[in-house]
Amino acid sequence: MTMLVIDGSETSIKSFLRTLSPVDQVGAESRAAMLGTRSIKTASKLWAIDTAISMIDLTTLEGADTPGKVMALCTKAVRPDPTDSTVPHVGAVCVYNDMVRIAREHLDNNGGKSIPVAAVSTAFPSGRASLEVKKRDTEDAIADGATEIDMVIDRGAFLSGNLAKVFAEIVCIKEICGDRAHLKVILETGELVTYDNVRKASFLAMAAGADFIKTSTGKVVPAATTPVVLVMLEAVRDYFQMTGKKIGVKPAGGIRTTKDAIKQLVLVNETAGPEWLTPDLFRIGASALLNDLLMQRMKMKNGQYSGRNYVTLD
Amino acid sequence: MRIDVKKTYKLFIGGQFPRSESGRSYEILDSKGNFLANPAQASRKDLREAVVAARNVSEKWSSASAFNRSQILYRVAEIMEGRSEQFVSEIVAQEGLSRAQALKQVSEAIDLWVWYAGWCDKIATIYGATNPVSGSFYNFTTPEPVGVVATFISGDSSLSDIVHGIAPVLAGGNVVVAIANEEFPLSAVTLAEVLATSDLPAGVVNILTGKSSELAPWVGSHMDIDGVDGSGLDLTAYEDLRKEGAENLKRINRFTSVKSPQRVLSFMENKTVWHPIGI
Amino acid sequence: MTFEYSPAPESTAIVDIKSDYNLFIDGKFVPSKGGKRFATINPANEKVLAKVTQATAADVDRAVKAATDAYRKTWSKLSGAERGKYLFRIARILQERAREFAVLETMDNGKPIRETRDTDIPLAAAHFFYHAGWADKLEHAGLGPQPKSHGVVGQIIPWNFPLLMLAWKIAPALATGNTVVLKPAETTPLTALLFAEVCQQADLPKGVVNIITGDGATGAAIVNHPGIHKIAFTGSTEVGKLIAKSVASTKKALTLELGGKGANIVFEDAPIDETVEGIINGIYFNQGHVCCAGSRLLVQENIKEELLAKLKRRMSMIRVGDPLDKNTDLGAINSQAQLMKIRELAESGDAEGAERWSPECSLPEKGFWFPPTFFTGVSQAHRIAREEIFGPVLSVITFRTPSEAIEKANNTPYGLSAGIWTDKGSRILWSAQQLKAGVIWANTFNKFDPASPFGGYKESGWGREGGRHGLAAYLKGDFA
Repeated sequence: MTMLVIDGSETSIKSFLRTLSPVDQVGAESRAAMLGTRSIKTASKLWAIDTAISMIDLTTLEGADTPGKVMALCTKAVRPDPTDSTVPHVGAVCVYNDMVRIAREHLDNNGGKSIPVAAVSTAFPSGRASLEVKKRDTEDAIADGATEIDMVIDRGAFLSGNLAKVFAEIVCIKEICGDRAHLKVILETGELVTYDNVRKASFLAMAAGADFIKTSTGKVVPAATTPVVLVMLEAVRDYFQMTGKKIGVKPAGGIRTTKDAIKQLVLVNETAGPEWLTPDLFRIGASALLNDLLMQRMKMKNGQYSGRNYVTLD
Repeated sequence: MRIDVKKTYKLFIGGQFPRSESGRSYEILDSKGNFLANPAQASRKDLREAVVAARNVSEKWSSASAFNRSQILYRVAEIMEGRSEQFVSEIVAQEGLSRAQALKQVSEAIDLWVWYAGWCDKIATIYGATNPVSGSFYNFTTPEPVGVVATFISGDSSLSDIVHGIAPVLAGGNVVVAIANEEFPLSAVTLAEVLATSDLPAGVVNILTGKSSELAPWVGSHMDIDGVDGSGLDLTAYEDLRKEGAENLKRINRFTSVKSPQRVLSFMENKTVWHPIGI
Repeated sequence: MTFEYSPAPESTAIVDIKSDYNLFIDGKFVPSKGGKRFATINPANEKVLAKVTQATAADVDRAVKAATDAYRKTWSKLSGAERGKYLFRIARILQERAREFAVLETMDNGKPIRETRDTDIPLAAAHFFYHAGWADKLEHAGLGPQPKSHGVVGQIIPWNFPLLMLAWKIAPALATGNTVVLKPAETTPLTALLFAEVCQQADLPKGVVNIITGDGATGAAIVNHPGIHKIAFTGSTEVGKLIAKSVASTKKALTLELGGKGANIVFEDAPIDETVEGIINGIYFNQGHVCCAGSRLLVQENIKEELLAKLKRRMSMIRVGDPLDKNTDLGAINSQAQLMKIRELAESGDAEGAERWSPECSLPEKGFWFPPTFFTGVSQAHRIAREEIFGPVLSVITFRTPSEAIEKANNTPYGLSAGIWTDKGSRILWSAQQLKAGVIWANTFNKFDPASPFGGYKESGWGREGGRHGLAAYLKGDFA
């Protein structure tokens, strides 16, 4: 098993990233498209729906978020389908920093103690703030009960070649997280544009201490496209080969239907491998997705198509 | 009175002028039936040596720039022009034409070199293609030389047909083993002397004199010959050669004595290359 | 937790297979004159699908006569624009009935429904559509101002891409004004016979396309028929040479698409994951029943271990089984005879000291199956490095420098295809220039398009199919 030789210096980071093999855009997209043709039916579909539900980071990230909205979201996170107790709870609830305490309390009071609260920190979504502000942001979130931190990388620094700055920020936030919180590093792949950049940023984040690498903030389009997720899954698979460490992947943004979600699970299954098919290593950042999964689940159970008024809108 | 110094007509293999390894020659007569010369009668082993010489230089010739090949072919025309007199007298002797008719043929032959010289760096432009395929791919097709081409020179004329047989094949980047017309070998050997003093790398053109009927089966069955211009063979010999040539699927063609880019293309192979377009 | 994909079989209700098929001659299905019937089976379960006719010499004669009459009386009288409209019609009907063709092709051939659905059938329709547009533009084909059709064309196609090869043959032949007598392969006649129905639905004048079934004897009768002016054959190099000999003393034009032993060259700086996909696609697409398969993997020695580790991992994800299952990646070997040939060559690899590897996969009991396989420790001298296996078997060979890679790649009598994997643009172009092969895929593999000429150097064939260059096969230029 080879060890990564990154001491945080610009030179060491760049020379390591240069050892990564390039990504051919057309080839990667065609592989993702081919996996998109997998036909998941019957028992495997039911399994995939429940697995997807358990992997959702149920998210609300709006300027208009209110305690009422967040509490409703938490209720749904615990019991996605009030009529069916066999539906698993979601993977986590993901909110802005100032909603963390509200979310944590509401989950705790409603049977959701085991559901973590994830906070988007470090001047989400742009990342345009001083490191001091980002640190403070993170500390706040953890103090309020967040056990997962979704930080953004400094894309400007990455694109201008200041990789040491990107690396150092992740290291710094990781130190604050310590063993109190899991760190998800958002690459904002829509701004990195090329798959080569996605692969490099993935390795950079993993080497700096990310527990998860996450595609997007949800505020930039394109977000979690299947080829981007493919490239990131290849990165975590390769990183595991190099270091023996399993890093999680979280696509977020644009995954709205059961079909989308199942495509993601197929990608995981056939790229990183079945051992990644657990909420510990794969999450889907989404909001509307949950209802579509629930409607499909009802169809599978009852044999008839459901309607939007038979799932709860929260 | 001065006695003429007569030429010994030998083979042209790998830039050298050897006699046939078989030690054979054959007599040719002029148009009036008088003795003219004893050119070498090439054997199958001479053919083998010629193919080896050609193959050895194939890579070098085919990878020379088209512009470079073009200049070399043009240089052949330049040197032929300076030797016009010798070609004229040989045509007169072999074909019994008038000096004016012979000179016309020499001029045509020289101009043919110039014409094919110009094709070297146009053939891919005109006969290649960029193909608009579906999907994000760049796709282009370009003609490339087949390799070693044996060419049986036809005998409608003693000089022009040699150029018809050799120049287009060279223009496409191939190397040549030419089997001179049995009846009219002299101009071929003199052309060899022109080629030897031109900028053409040794072995790019090899010229054998002798009996086509003897060499044709060996050409047909030779597994290191890629193409054959059978213009100088009679129909039966040509059909037999096509049967033999099927063993390694040689590209076999025959032509009438007209100039055409098709003669260049007949010994070219289209290569198509795909590459993704992405960022 | 494991994600087991439940069976997802494509329904076969869409196809209506008859118990017996006659020959399609002069616009009608007619019984043979004296020909016996033979069965075509589904190679995935060995069940008989239908009985088809062994066309006799007399049947070939009838078909040639119908094609000759059609050529003289109707097809050569039509303008290019009107001919083109028939081709457009055929393209549209193929699109409309695409799923039916895909299912039938999968049943008769054994290839996965994903491939027939996403590759074979759409490409076949595309070939008709592409060539339709050429029919009234032949003066722009680079063959002089008034290129002429040959007349009656005899076409013999293989079993690996039955309908697609039919399209590659019939579309350009009709667009250029020829009429056709086509023989599909013995083991895969059904989509060609269904195509005959498409010709009827398109109201194609009778006799323009004639489809006769049979074995090699029928093929030989086509090749040797004096009424045929041009032969187009796709199949083995061995048979191609025999055909070339047969027509050597005739005026028949001949094009050949034959075998290959394509080198897929991987340099150290290749985009590794896409390269692995390209290797998989190069040799396991269509069970390796592909003349242009990348059957020799030439890998730079310094990345061999890394590449093979990734390849093994990827190969273990290949889903082998029911070709009608939408998730199947590798289907059935087309016939018992082909399976025997693959086994024999693979065993020669073992015997010659190469090391065989296949992922664990359970193969169905009925039918003809061979797991995805590669051999390491292969040298240029091994039979598995030289002979076309035409199955899912890859030979891995190493090289040290680019020149050595090219030298090894070209060291074969074949010259159909080659692959290049590297991130360096100049090396791609250099390699493409050096390789003696008709189709070079750089950072991709096994891509096909009607606009792209396809065909081989050396013993891989004569002529091109597709693109402007492919038209030359069906036209006589204005040259001497």
